[in-house]
Amino acid sequence: MESLADKERLPRDIVAMRVAKELPDGSYVNLGIGIPTMVSSFVPEGRTVFYHSESGILNCGPLAEEGNEDIDLINAGGQYLQIIDGMSFFDSAEAFAMIRGGHVDVTVLGSHQVSATGDLANWMLPQRGVGNVGGAMDLATGASGVIVAMEHTDRNGEPKIVQECTFPLTGKGCVYLIVTDLAVIECDGHGLTLKEVAPGWTPEEVQQLTGAILAISPDVKEFEL
Amino acid sequence: MISVPDNPSTNGKLYPSGKDALEGISIGDTVLVAGFARCGIPQKLLQALSEIEVSELTLICQGAWVQESTDFTIADLVATGKIKKIISPMPFHPVYGGLVKKAWESGNLELEIVPQGVLAERLRAGGAGIGGVFLPSGAGTRFAEDKEKRLYDGREHVLEFALKADYALLRAEVADTLGNMVYQATSRNWNPTMAMAAGVTVAEVDTVHEPGGIDPELVITQAIFIDRLVLSD
Repeated sequence: MESLADKERLPRDIVAMRVAKELPDGSYVNLGIGIPTMVSSFVPEGRTVFYHSESGILNCGPLAEEGNEDIDLINAGGQYLQIIDGMSFFDSAEAFAMIRGGHVDVTVLGSHQVSATGDLANWMLPQRGVGNVGGAMDLATGASGVIVAMEHTDRNGEPKIVQECTFPLTGKGCVYLIVTDLAVIECDGHGLTLKEVAPGWTPEEVQQLTGAILAISPDVKEFEL
Repeated sequence: MISVPDNPSTNGKLYPSGKDALEGISIGDTVLVAGFARCGIPQKLLQALSEIEVSELTLICQGAWVQESTDFTIADLVATGKIKKIISPMPFHPVYGGLVKKAWESGNLELEIVPQGVLAERLRAGGAGIGGVFLPSGAGTRFAEDKEKRLYDGREHVLEFALKADYALLRAEVADTLGNMVYQATSRNWNPTMAMAAGVTVAEVDTVHEPGGIDPELVITQAIFIDRLVLSD
C-alpha cells in the first residue's frame, strides 16, 4: 500500500491560486511571506485587489525590474517595488492603525500551527529560543479575517492543523479559512469543516494527516480553482 | 523658567558632523533608530555612534536584518560592543541570522521582542504625552502575560505603557534649517513616530533648504520634533 507521506500533493502555486479566489473585488489585502506572497499572481481576471504593506504602502505594485531598484521603495519582505498610479505612502504607526483598525479586509499568512478553534501560532518555533514576531500579532488581531496558506504537514510529517496549538500563539480564534496542499478547511471559531480535498485524496486520508477532528461537509468536493 | 535648548535661527540646527550632532549621548542611554529593512537607515549617524566613547546603550528599532550589503547597519554597531540590549519586533534575519544573532547567542546582547504595531503605538503614546494604550494585539498570547486587561467592544485589550528614549536617530531626504522634513517613499517608516518620542532627535538628511524651501502642505515631520540636523554626505 502506498504511504500517505509519499502521495502527491498540490504544488505551492496551486495553493496560492485557490487562496486568490477568496479575495473580494475591491478589497484591501495584506499578504505575508511564503505561499501568501504568491497569491497576488493569481487574482482572477476582472477583480481588483489593493495590497497593503507594513513598510508603509497602499496599492503595492509589481517588483522592480533588475537594474531599476529604488532603495527607498520596498515591501515588508524588503523586496524592491515599482511605483504605480494610485500608490500612497505612510509611516509605521499609520500602517498598523490600518491593520488594527480593521481597515485591511483580508490577511493571508503562513503558519506553523492552526488549532481547531482558529488559533494561529506562526511567529516562533520554541526550539529557537527567540522569535521574529514582526507585525504578525497585529495582523492576526486586527485584520477582519485571516486566511492561512500553508503545507498540511511539517517537514517531519507532523500535522500543522492541531486540536490545540503547542507553539507560542500569535492570535486566538482569528483564522476563518485554511488552504493547504491537501485541503480547504473552514473555521467558524468552534470547529473545522473540510470543504475541498486535493485531486486523488479522500476526506478520510486528509483526516489521517490532521491533528484535529474535521467535520466533513456534505458537499465536500475536489479543489475548485 | 522655560528653557529653549536650540537656537532655531538659520543653521541653528545644522551640525557640522555626525559626531557633533550626537554630542551628549551617554553611557546607558536608550536610542531610537529609524529604518525598515534596508530602507531609511541613518547610516552616517550609526557610524558616528560607533566612533563615540559610549557603552551599555539600549537600541529600539524595527530590526537589524540586512544581509550582505556595504551599508553601515545596526549589526555593525552591535559588533563594536557598545550595545547592551535591543528592543525590536525582528532583531535579526530569520534565515541568515548575522552579527546580532551571534552576539545574542554568545550572551553579549540582550533582546526584547515587541510586536511591531505595539511598538509603534507605545512610541506614539510616548510622543503624544499619553501614559499607555489598550491594544487588542497580543491578547491571549505570551505578550499579554502579567499585563492589565480590559474588554472593549467585546474583545480583550491589553495595557501597553508608553515608551520614550533619550535620543532618536532619524533619516529624511529633505529638511529645511528649522527641521521640517520630507521623506522618500517607504524610507518614512519609523521616522515620524520616533521623532516625537525622544529627548534629543537627530536627523541625517540629503538636502537642507532655507525656510520656505519646502511647501508647508508637504511637510511630514514638523520642525518642533527635530533638534539637530546633519548632512548625509
